[in-house]
Amino acid sequence: MTSQSLSARKVKNVTMIGLTVIGTILALIPLFSIFAYVIARGMPAINIDFFTELPKPLGEEGGGMVNAIVGTLIVVGISGLIGIPVGIMSGIFLSEYGRNRFGRFISFLTDVLLGVPSIVVGIFVYVLLVLAMGGFSAYAGGIALSILMIPAVTRTTEEMLKLIPSHIREAGLALGLPKWRVILFIVLPSATRGIVTGVMLAIARVMGETAPLLFTAFGNRYWHSSLSDPIATLPVQIFTYAISPYKEWQAQAWAGALTLIVIVLIFNILARVITYRKNH
Amino acid sequence: MGIEVNNLNAWYGDLHAIKDINLNIPKNQVTALIGPSGCGKSTFLRCLNRMHEVIEGARVKGEILVDGEDIYGSNVDPVTIRYRIGMVFQKPNPFPTMSIFDNVAAGLKLNGMRNKKKIREIVEQSLEAAGLWDEVSDRLDKNAMGLSGGQQQRLCIARTLAVNPEIVLMDEPTSALDPISTHKIEELVHRLKENYTIVIVTHNMQQAARVSDNTAFFLNGEVIEYNTTKHIFSNPSDQRTEDYITGRFG
Repeated sequence: MTSQSLSARKVKNVTMIGLTVIGTILALIPLFSIFAYVIARGMPAINIDFFTELPKPLGEEGGGMVNAIVGTLIVVGISGLIGIPVGIMSGIFLSEYGRNRFGRFISFLTDVLLGVPSIVVGIFVYVLLVLAMGGFSAYAGGIALSILMIPAVTRTTEEMLKLIPSHIREAGLALGLPKWRVILFIVLPSATRGIVTGVMLAIARVMGETAPLLFTAFGNRYWHSSLSDPIATLPVQIFTYAISPYKEWQAQAWAGALTLIVIVLIFNILARVITYRKNH
Repeated sequence: MGIEVNNLNAWYGDLHAIKDINLNIPKNQVTALIGPSGCGKSTFLRCLNRMHEVIEGARVKGEILVDGEDIYGSNVDPVTIRYRIGMVFQKPNPFPTMSIFDNVAAGLKLNGMRNKKKIREIVEQSLEAAGLWDEVSDRLDKNAMGLSGGQQQRLCIARTLAVNPEIVLMDEPTSALDPISTHKIEELVHRLKENYTIVIVTHNMQQAARVSDNTAFFLNGEVIEYNTTKHIFSNPSDQRTEDYITGRFG
């Protein structure tokens, strides 16, 4: 090897590393700009009232979004109650029992479902549930979001389980354990961290969904009286306020956006803490 | 519990991996299976506790009598067979999320044993039997992945012994280990044959000579020669066996 080729290689090496660093920075710029901008615009409208009070009628000062914050948690909660178990179970099926034609078919459908635009899911639930039940409701909103959540949870669960090496499964089977116990008590716990991360991403994704909620949860300026009634959610509230011509409302929309980001962040941190504790 | 294998055939999809094997494996002895890579010895081993069929597209035909009962009988549950016939794998494979204690207790707990005192007793006995107790008794609640490779393998042996099998199958149990750990496992195999029937697959000729009472030489899915280890290594009847043992091929 000549010294010239070595120095040429070094130059190439530095160039390529430089390019990856530049790429990373380029990818992070929008992220941090969004954070910075949302914080800058949102902070002024954040105060105790924002988290404790209902929206004030137009023209009155103050008011908050407490109904929308709670509403988002409720609607996402409903979607999680449906979407997480169904998604995890489908994921288990695809990874552990689905290595056949039927499994591949389901897997294909999951991919299709993953690509369905969220507004289409909204219309679907609107026609099927909202019209049938006679009105917008928290349930309809939750179900619409769960339809978006299921394929995402299914996919990550499947991928995470497939990462568990087969010799772990064999070790369980060779102990004379039935397959379902091996899956439930040995394979699944080994994949917890990945699955929880996937579930969190799915939750974060649906938490910001607006389009399907317009047709299903609709929105509400007051507290919802029951889960079968229209309910306020942060994304819809942000949307309504942001497109309004009033300065006050626009400021509150930014505050709502900031709140939404923080909620998602809290969920992510919680998930990390829980899975970290489990593994240490 | 002796094992009697009659006309055993096994496939992976279209690949005929095991061809018409007949073998009698005596009780409370160590039987070694040797042969070049891909000769079917591991597949044969996996047939003995119905682990072969776990692999997609794998099939078995034939009869394996354990204690006079065909483990491939139509009303035999493979899960029960695996409970009676334990297996140690080539790569140490402790359950990654479990503590040392829970790894050994897994077979008991997950099969529904609730008596904590009894479980403790069995775990201690099994670790003792696997020669690991003195090394881990002060850190039973630590994660099993923190052990060295050799310790992990002995942990896997303890885990297998904990469910009290009649037969222990070992698939190249030392191929991933250093000489000292290998030596410990070989000693262990020696001690275990008092209570268990052992079948061990090995690539290491010296190991077969050291630990086994009988040796079967596999080639291309067939048993070429099966005899006492002494006979196989000192005076093989088949030229191919001699070639393999002396290192002329494989």
